[in-house]
Amino acid sequence: MDTFLGIDYPTWWFFVVGGLFAGYAVLDGFDFGAGAWHLFFRKESSRRIALNAIGPVWDGNEVWLVIGGGALFAGFPVVYATLFSAMYIPFMLFLAFLILRAVSIEFRSKEPMKWWRQGWDITYSIASITLPILLGIVLGNVLLGFPIRAGEVLSISLLEALNPFAIIVGLTTLFLFMMHGAIYLAMKTDGRLFSKVTILLRRSTIAFIIMFSITTLYTVLYIPHLTDTFKSSPAYFILPLAGILSIANIPRLAKKREYWQAFIFSSLSICLFLLIVAVELYPVILYSTIDEAFSITAQQAASSNKTLRIMLRFSALGFPLVGLYTYFVYRTFRGKVQLDEMSY
Amino acid sequence: MEVEILARIQFAFTVAFHYIYPPLSIGLGLLMVIMEGLYLWTKNKEYEILARFWTRIFALTFGIGVATGIVMEFEFGTNWATYSRYVGDVFGSALAAEGIFAFALESGFLGVLLFGWNRVKPWVHFVSTIGVFLGSMFSAIWIVIANSWQQTPAGYHIVGEGMNARAEITDFWAMVFNPSSMDRLSHVWLGAFLAGAFLVLSVHAYYLLKGRFVEISQKAFKIALVVALIFSLGQLFTGHQSAHGVSENQPAKLAAMEGHFDSLATADMYIMGWVDKEKQEVSGIAIPNGLSFLTHGSFDEEIKGLNAFPENERPTALNAIFQFYHLMVAIGMMLIVLSLFAGFFWWRGTLFQQKWLLTGFVWAVFLPQLANQFGWYAAEMGRQPWVVYGLLRTSDALSEAVTASQVWFSLIMFTFIYSILFLLFIYLLNKKIKHGPYEDNDRSERVRQREMVDVVS
Repeated sequence: MDTFLGIDYPTWWFFVVGGLFAGYAVLDGFDFGAGAWHLFFRKESSRRIALNAIGPVWDGNEVWLVIGGGALFAGFPVVYATLFSAMYIPFMLFLAFLILRAVSIEFRSKEPMKWWRQGWDITYSIASITLPILLGIVLGNVLLGFPIRAGEVLSISLLEALNPFAIIVGLTTLFLFMMHGAIYLAMKTDGRLFSKVTILLRRSTIAFIIMFSITTLYTVLYIPHLTDTFKSSPAYFILPLAGILSIANIPRLAKKREYWQAFIFSSLSICLFLLIVAVELYPVILYSTIDEAFSITAQQAASSNKTLRIMLRFSALGFPLVGLYTYFVYRTFRGKVQLDEMSY
Repeated sequence: MEVEILARIQFAFTVAFHYIYPPLSIGLGLLMVIMEGLYLWTKNKEYEILARFWTRIFALTFGIGVATGIVMEFEFGTNWATYSRYVGDVFGSALAAEGIFAFALESGFLGVLLFGWNRVKPWVHFVSTIGVFLGSMFSAIWIVIANSWQQTPAGYHIVGEGMNARAEITDFWAMVFNPSSMDRLSHVWLGAFLAGAFLVLSVHAYYLLKGRFVEISQKAFKIALVVALIFSLGQLFTGHQSAHGVSENQPAKLAAMEGHFDSLATADMYIMGWVDKEKQEVSGIAIPNGLSFLTHGSFDEEIKGLNAFPENERPTALNAIFQFYHLMVAIGMMLIVLSLFAGFFWWRGTLFQQKWLLTGFVWAVFLPQLANQFGWYAAEMGRQPWVVYGLLRTSDALSEAVTASQVWFSLIMFTFIYSILFLLFIYLLNKKIKHGPYEDNDRSERVRQREMVDVVS
């Protein structure tokens, strides 16, 4: 098998896709989070500031989903096809809320009427709450595994998809993003709105830690296949440990009003959690609940080495550019939000 | 069978709706680059006002374009799982390239384009406008390559058999430059430029007729008219190239587009007509042996007709393909005529006195949109029964795990959301047009002051 630096191409691509998903979670995570808080802000001016905090960047954040989806499609077509068709309804709902959210941001400030703005604010906030839950539900189901059998096409119902574990992971994701979003808003606001955000940040940190503990406990007690890697090689315990330390750092930094650093640590925590997921699963991507032999591994699901090699070159070329654009836009809009005639 | 029909309706509906917007983004992008470039060059404030005005309208189309675009990417996996497994190695890589090279560029600069007017130097803003425009052009490149590979597959080989068969890339550049990709790309780009140009022409023709914003509208109208003239004529060339490519690579599609049944005979070219599939006849006005001439440069050359292909390898919706194709061509001709008329009167110096012509331009905004839609309908229906021409049938490409009721659910959901979306889009577009190109700086200044007070207090 072809390798690069001693690692085979499917594994490299597994890292790339994982990295893209992590990037997506960090970036769209904070703007979903900011949106989830939207209705907690009562005043029109506060809502506009909160909205314009993500105004110039939310669209770029969403592109990570498009790239991540494309990378999964191109690199692991079998996973893409199996997962997306098995989770049909959750993905369709995800699309619907994604569209509703995008147009709420676009439309809300285009009319001055109170009912108009209130209507879009509600749509925006509900969509921003639902989307992380749906992402978590998909993640929860991937962690649990699917009833995959050789040569048989997989189908699960909506009720099966909404199992307790998936819902727990969904809520954990929501609170994680709400905390992450509150930190972002704390960086971008001042005055009364800022004080309010700091309170919300404290609450969501507590809510997240509770949900995270429940998820961990549930995993350890009921989902043995996810803890195998950790049992066989205890060195990996450094990852959850780092995750917990990183989370613990957030309230400390928030108290010192070091929101920029807190944001780094909440981003780091998101990446670490996804890394834990990757370690738990690898080399399997879609776990079979019927028989482990039917599980779909990265190597089985991967495209040809030639394609993966081409796309790794694309990534090496493309990601520095993506980094550059991202740096440019965040730098241009650094500091507290200022509204002007072009704002939402 | 029912799942197949539903899934096809859903994909067709979501992609057709989506395709209202990206051509506008590409076309308006070009005009924004020109307007802002003229502002930097001439320092004439009016060009800046125009650039800002069209950026605000661009924002409206762009947002909906992005939101409705992710839908198709997901649908490959959700509704067309077998297709995704089969082509992921090839098609997926074009899609991934689109994300990395096009969308990232586009959305990276979008924030500065929309919100950065007062934050960055004018030339930095201009660079952002160009960045967004190039990003949208690049996205067209990759998606057209991916679609063209479905029409004229190249640079691949088939691995495995039956359920496990799939296409793998053997030559990436042969895949990129597959026989139809460059012809179709130029045709799509020009179609997009026309969509943008005719929107600008329409809005400013409306102002001119109403006697509002006259001076600035004359400037904008002339800019857009140059774009319309160049590219409506250019479409003759790209259109001919595309049709020629179809005759070589997808003869069954060409035969369907012209209603040519005889397995090998000289073929007429219809100006308009009606296809009777049962009787295998077309009634209408035709240039005798015109198709033979256009394809081979000789009126006596014979062309393969539909009967040369096995029944299960022919497109079925013959009349629809014929009509969509001919409507597209007819609209293209109308755009050329309109642009030439306007060009003529501009040369004579009486362009803005031609009320009838301006009225025509107000309504002509729909024409490039319809031509873009119809062209795609003809291209995609003409590819049937294949989803990948000659390799994979549409009926074999479905997700076997997905049931009809699930697709009903999503189809109704999209119909509902898109209907509302479209109404709101038209409402807001209309409002922005009625408001005009000038911003109420005084008013927004007051609002800003008040909001600052709100935040502080």
